[in-house]
Amino acid sequence: MTDERWQAAFRDYGNASFIELLRATSPHLLPTLSPGSAEESPPFAAPHGTTILAVRYRDGVLMAGDRQATEGFQVAHRKIDKISKADELSGIGIAGAAGPSMEMARLFQTELEHYEKVEGAALSLEGKANRLAQMIRMNLPAAMQGLVAVPIFAGFDEKDGIGRIFKYDITGGRYEEAEYFAQGSGGKDARDSLKKGYRKDMSKAEALRGALEALMDAAEEDIGTGGPDLIRGIFPSVKTITRDGFGEVPEDEVRRACEELLAERKGRL
Amino acid sequence: MPLPYYVSPEQMMKDKAEYARKGISRGKSIVALEYRDGVLLVAENPSTLLHKISEIYDRIAFAGVGKYNEFENLRIGGVRHADMKGYSYSRGDVTGKALANAYSQALGNIFTQDIKPFEVEVLVVEVAEANGSKNEIYHILYDGTIEDEHNYAAMGGQADEIRRFLKDNYREGLALQEALQLGVRALMVTQSKALTELDLEVAVLDRTKDKERRKFRRLPPEALSQLLGGSR
Repeated sequence: MTDERWQAAFRDYGNASFIELLRATSPHLLPTLSPGSAEESPPFAAPHGTTILAVRYRDGVLMAGDRQATEGFQVAHRKIDKISKADELSGIGIAGAAGPSMEMARLFQTELEHYEKVEGAALSLEGKANRLAQMIRMNLPAAMQGLVAVPIFAGFDEKDGIGRIFKYDITGGRYEEAEYFAQGSGGKDARDSLKKGYRKDMSKAEALRGALEALMDAAEEDIGTGGPDLIRGIFPSVKTITRDGFGEVPEDEVRRACEELLAERKGRL
Repeated sequence: MPLPYYVSPEQMMKDKAEYARKGISRGKSIVALEYRDGVLLVAENPSTLLHKISEIYDRIAFAGVGKYNEFENLRIGGVRHADMKGYSYSRGDVTGKALANAYSQALGNIFTQDIKPFEVEVLVVEVAEANGSKNEIYHILYDGTIEDEHNYAAMGGQADEIRRFLKDNYREGLALQEALQLGVRALMVTQSKALTELDLEVAVLDRTKDKERRKFRRLPPEALSQLLGGSR
């Protein structure tokens, strides 16, 4: 009996996990409760986020996303921000069903911060990427019903001193990409565009240009992806993750780069 | 079966309180000081790995004296409370007051119900927002007694002497460097040994970190020696 009591301290390795805490104390707050059957698809069109991407460059990783959420063939929201800070040294971009994805991003942020506070040290980048994979697997029953959430995770690996990009499939499979990746309905078009423009050790300006061009290409080919909106002044959201942490590329800079690209296109097309 | 001896409740509480106080008075002390841009926490702690001061949430910090395993348990409980609340409502709904109340309840229950009380005292500090609200400092004792303190707080082995010193020397609107020097002098009140940056654990809740959500920041030894350098 007394053995049981002190040994529990060693078995309790999930101590620093916020998700395990939720599971133990308030399971109703966890996303995905009911497995639901695979045959039924949802009787409604839930808002979906569309194109996000990540590119490696000289100082780390640059992440960008368009600003539109779609609901079937309708625009659900024009100004959604799909790239969020996961912690000081990593970011998560969401694509797929907006509700579950945003919830996943929020839970992931809390999970990382909780671990950091309880343990007194942050998880390794590898550890964060694996944790996210487990969370995507948790969402599998909902994904079978059409509420797919497939994020891109990118961060700066302090140990190796480089930026790293991870992509996922809906079953929680985790794959590392060495150069760039794009996800979402316009993901393929953005990837094609990035493939043409990508070079090793790009500067930040070059990476920004490449990313914006890829998002514009995606917006041209994919109806779900929103292009730069000059009338309302809505431009893609762009973030960088470097040794100095997670940072936002100011909207002014993004706007200027977009306008340059558009001017070039005007002459060419 | 022999009947247990009768001990009057007064006697039992007195014994427990004395036991807890003895345990706490053996340990080193911690001071919290309000300064111009937030709240400063200074602990005498030669260990760089076992912390006495930690972050709980965006604007909330925790400090504990006494038995390490006991206040460490309380700290983790606090992080859980705060993260749960912030996740299920919103980040702005996590308050130092609710957390201090939870600690008070926990310590009060342990004190009355368990054979051995916790030999700890804890501080819960919440830094004010820039809009002119006030900093909050809660001091919770081993028996669940809770006090809110203003300007400064001290706890641990020599808390009474330190409090007396701060009462005479504290003034409002200190800069970080002045507050740190005052805090270190306060910790040295009862000892002849001079404290250097290697004996100290220092952290601030810095209100001026506007853009950042998390206001808690540890001051590493290099920064400390620079800030303390002026006084020597």
